[in-house]
Amino acid sequence: MSTSEEVYAASPLDPVETHRLVTENPVDTAVFDQSIVDKAQAIIARYPQARSALLPMLHLVQSVEGYVSQAGITFCADQLDLSNAEVSAVATFYTMYKRRPCGEHLVSVCTNTLCAALGGDAIYAKLREHLGSDGKPLGHEQTAGEPGTPGSITLEHAECLAACDLGPVLQVNYEYFDNQTPDGALGLVKSLQAGEKPHPTRGAPLTDFRQAELQLAGFFEGRDADLDGPSAAPETVRGARIAAERGWTAPAMPDNADFPPLPEKK
Amino acid sequence: MVDNLTPVLTKRWLSPRSWTLKTYEQLEGYTALRKALTAHPDQLIQQCKDSGLRGRGGAGFPTGMKWGFIPQGDGKPHYLVINADEGEPGTCKDIPLMMADPHSLIEGIIITSYAIRANFAAIYVRGEVLHVIRRLNAAVREAYEAGYLGKDILGSGFDLDVVVHAGAGAYICGEETALLDSLEGRRGQPRLKPPFPATSGLYASPTVVNNVETIASVPYIVNGGADWFRTMGRERSPGPKIFSLSGHVERPGQYEAPMGVTLRELLDLAGGMKDGVPLKFWTPGGSSTPLFTADHLDVPLDFEGAAEAGSMLGTTALQIFNETVSVPWAVMKWTEFYKHESCGKCTPCREGTYWLVQILQRMVRGEGTASDIDTLLDVCDNILGRSFCALGDGAVSPITSGIKYFKHEFLALCDQNSQVLAGATA
Ligand SMILES: Cc1cc2nc3c(=O)[nH]c(=O)nc-3n(C[C@H](O)[C@H](O)[C@H](O)COP(=O)(O)O)c2cc1C
Ligand code: SF4
Ligand code: FES
Repeated sequence: MSTSEEVYAASPLDPVETHRLVTENPVDTAVFDQSIVDKAQAIIARYPQARSALLPMLHLVQSVEGYVSQAGITFCADQLDLSNAEVSAVATFYTMYKRRPCGEHLVSVCTNTLCAALGGDAIYAKLREHLGSDGKPLGHEQTAGEPGTPGSITLEHAECLAACDLGPVLQVNYEYFDNQTPDGALGLVKSLQAGEKPHPTRGAPLTDFRQAELQLAGFFEGRDADLDGPSAAPETVRGARIAAERGWTAPAMPDNADFPPLPEKK
Repeated sequence: MVDNLTPVLTKRWLSPRSWTLKTYEQLEGYTALRKALTAHPDQLIQQCKDSGLRGRGGAGFPTGMKWGFIPQGDGKPHYLVINADEGEPGTCKDIPLMMADPHSLIEGIIITSYAIRANFAAIYVRGEVLHVIRRLNAAVREAYEAGYLGKDILGSGFDLDVVVHAGAGAYICGEETALLDSLEGRRGQPRLKPPFPATSGLYASPTVVNNVETIASVPYIVNGGADWFRTMGRERSPGPKIFSLSGHVERPGQYEAPMGVTLRELLDLAGGMKDGVPLKFWTPGGSSTPLFTADHLDVPLDFEGAAEAGSMLGTTALQIFNETVSVPWAVMKWTEFYKHESCGKCTPCREGTYWLVQILQRMVRGEGTASDIDTLLDVCDNILGRSFCALGDGAVSPITSGIKYFKHEFLALCDQNSQVLAGATA
């Protein structure tokens, strides 16, 4: 391309990333086979208006490629009759859509204030160090190992994961590992790298990042057993348990609580 | 006298396989729906008004009034959208609720949709909670199979479809108009109000947006009645509420108590401060609500009580920090969060949070000066009330309240620095 220097100069991305985006053209959407097209259409059918399907469809795209590629953007644009730019603008807005291929597993460590104060920052630092190479800690959203291959891990720090009573928490493929310690988290990541799949504290048995993304797109076929994965941690039911032990209850409901009369039309 | 804890929403959580339709039906599940379908929709709206139920998503808007704003007989489709984006730091009540008892939310959705005459409802749930999403999906499927969803629900002639929609990681999508844009497949950026969602919401049609805990409360109000609901809590903030205790307490967790309970009472139930280290500061309702200190242990935690004491009830997310935690550090961490989550639509918030982070990081590194405190307050002043949405207002809460109660800690960071500087020039 004759103007490539201008392209690189104007790009806010680093040269390698820019190079990838420029040279990945023309995009080939063949990885999105008929079964994926069918799923995309099934997503569209859930909504009164097609465009509402875009967020789940981007999750679907990540279930195929482990990130949102140019091809993934083109695929969504084609399915929804949008421009690539419209889809790109959406994909880049949300942190769960990854711009580079992810590892077999995505490890997200909450480093928001409360978890951080309880050890979340230390956990994140420990994992960065362990997963880094050449004496350099691994960076946010970077991957240790060849993306997609067994044992490869993408690491990120996350904002509050709505599990503060169980902090510090981390997630693997969006399943909760509660009440973590730096050493415990290190052991967890080492076993993931060794191909093991430790059970989440709350959640279903681990699969991998792409499988998780397929479920986020709303496809759960054949996964009924996942529902029984544990959920109520002791913390979750603490108040309810104390109340049960002490015989505390809400006041009894009346036998037959009537509705108010139909209000007069104004 | 009402008991100290009043499990209503959290009661079923103790039951084995509480998330299944079978358990739910054994424990009065879907009895409120059967009852509601015998009423006129307007009676349900009136009952909700009478109950005094106020939104549990943070702002405390009266729920029945919100439903009443939906124009009826306008010939447009109506929508109900459930805000399950739970992302306000400290907030961790909706996620366990949906994990343990998804059918209570679905029953509330059906009743509310019937009341506002909506035939399509969406549950917008943050994407990072896969176990919740799978439980919600399964519960929706079970509800369809049992005839609680779909066409002609329980022979009433009322139709309703419900979709579970996974978000993709953006705190701002909890703001109701940003949520609607996101649900329409766009970037999640807030809309100008008015028009309000009640007249121009999802797909520009009348829409109610309510929080998970709000809507999960509805079946109990239908079964128990407005007066029963008002036996708990206080006059203007009635009902039970899930209080989430986290941080430096012996037994953090979810405690459902009548509105108006105090932190002192809750701490007592939670075994006190962890290892006996004294309390330093806490949030009554997430990081967007101004900090409280040990002087606020007896503030009644309801909408009025928290406001009169200079904060807000927010999401009753009680993040509790002991004497070991530096206030400037905590404030810096929260500010980094707001900077990251600022959607970039308006200048005060986008630029302001950027500069606030720079200044706070500098101070925490020990490189600040006393005038930085004034600069912080000045920037906050330019954000508060001048931002396009409430994220900006929330972002300044930790800073202004942190400086209000703990200015000496900010100054101490600078003193250290002045000494270093003085030493350097000597
Ligand atoms: C930045 C921001 C984030 C919010 N996040 C949430 C949220 O995660 N869940 C929620 O229910 N409300 C959230 N809200 C409040 C909603 O805008 C809205 O008031 C609420 O969903 C209304 O429901 P309610 O009346 O039942 O509380 C947020 C508001 C702002 C400004
Ligand atoms: S206040 Fe912040 S989050 Fe809200 S519209 Fe402005 S930039 Fe976006
Ligand atoms: S702060 Fe980590 S889960 Fe809330």
